[in-house]
Amino acid sequence: MSEMLHAQNVAKSFTLHTQGSVTIPVFEGVEFMLSTGECIALTGESGSGKSTFMRMLYANYTCSQGAIKVFHDGDWLDITTASPHSILEIRKRTLGYVSQFLRVIPRVPTLDIVAEPLVALGTDRKTATDKARDLLTRLRIPERLWQLSPLTFSGGEQQRVNIARGFIADYPIMLLDEPTASLDAQNRATVLALIEEAKSRGAAIAGIFHDHETRDAVCTGSFDVTSFKVGAND
Amino acid sequence: MTQMNEPLLRVDNLTMMYGDRVGCKDVSFELRPGEVLGIVGESGSGKSTLLRSISAQQEPTKGTVEYQTRIDGVRDVYQMSEAQRRLLMRTDWAFVHQNPRDGLRMNVSAGANIGERLMAIGDRHYGNIRSNADNWLCKVEIASERLDDLPSTFSGGMQQRLQIARNLVTSPRLVFMDEPTGGLDVSVQARLLDLLRGLVHDLNLAVIIVTHDLAVARLLSHRLMVMQQGKVIEHGLTDQVLDDPQHPYTQLLVSSILQN
Repeated sequence: MSEMLHAQNVAKSFTLHTQGSVTIPVFEGVEFMLSTGECIALTGESGSGKSTFMRMLYANYTCSQGAIKVFHDGDWLDITTASPHSILEIRKRTLGYVSQFLRVIPRVPTLDIVAEPLVALGTDRKTATDKARDLLTRLRIPERLWQLSPLTFSGGEQQRVNIARGFIADYPIMLLDEPTASLDAQNRATVLALIEEAKSRGAAIAGIFHDHETRDAVCTGSFDVTSFKVGAND
Repeated sequence: MTQMNEPLLRVDNLTMMYGDRVGCKDVSFELRPGEVLGIVGESGSGKSTLLRSISAQQEPTKGTVEYQTRIDGVRDVYQMSEAQRRLLMRTDWAFVHQNPRDGLRMNVSAGANIGERLMAIGDRHYGNIRSNADNWLCKVEIASERLDDLPSTFSGGMQQRLQIARNLVTSPRLVFMDEPTGGLDVSVQARLLDLLRGLVHDLNLAVIIVTHDLAVARLLSHRLMVMQQGKVIEHGLTDQVLDDPQHPYTQLLVSSILQN
């Protein structure tokens, strides 16, 4: 196992300027490490900041303090200070993220949306599309829907399109925000298999999982975000 | 050959004053090939002034705009001769206006609108020009049979796509867009966004896009600049600026979006 991501002494607070400039401290002194082949569950009750922490790891949220170092192309880069250009490169090639929301341009066919991350990496369109077909088949999205925009799909279907898109490129680091939340048993099993495959190719994974069974099935460890909440140890 | 990491455009301390009134003030940034920069802010915040000053349409009061030209290396666009600047604007640069009527010639055919830019750079072979124009109509999803029709017979969305074809036919490397989806209804907007995103990716275009629509900015741009009263008050990765805005005005802007 080698280290892929390291959060050091990270703090986060939100200042709400539109609401009397109140400052809401969230985390302080967070230390978090992620290595190859690991799947760490981020835990803590609802509202404790699991998704916030995950967004910080993806550089979607800024950090108020500290460093988040990512091993990218043989170098350690701190995403809290990296240029937008570097962050986009890191996301393109190193850091994958399956969010709970599908955000796409209307009208673009599902197949293209799923294949896009591979195409962006320079894979030829045919290979990328073939892999997209495989994933959509495994995730039980009926073929008759592939040429349609996923915006018309049900919540569970959209979730699976999101997962297919998130797993199509073999990212060295993967962040999964409730990947199994609205799935039935069969599809949940498929997602678990995808996670196992990613682990065995050496991906470093951090995930938020609602149910214990999923967590117990794939996770190699857990990380309780509540212990770094501001005031947690007072 | 331009390196991927070398900026295509460098704007330094750009300031445009209208008498005592600030158009835009002390704006600096770099843009690389293939990079899309969104400029957002309310009406009157200086977005369009900035765009005009960068795109050599209005000489700024202060500051420089440097561009990596294909032949002469890095040049200050306001130090070029008028002829050089016009050539740059006709070939390597493109400008997509909010109102297609400002970017098209309404009294000549669609094909002629596209062909005109080719002729301006010396193309004289009628057959080539026509087939190239036809090819571009196809890329922007306009049927070939409309090649000889006047743009005034096109719908607003089609006119906007024609304007894009006219602009991109000379293979520019830098495209300026002022509210390109502005006057279009939502379904047409989506189609145009999809088209623009595909073209940006396939042609590795650098784009500066002014918009007041944050959803458009999110889907198209890599980086975002937020302007207020002529100044850039926040500048960064698009999703970071929109999801975790730091400046009071950006927070106000983001929190004012209607939720679906």
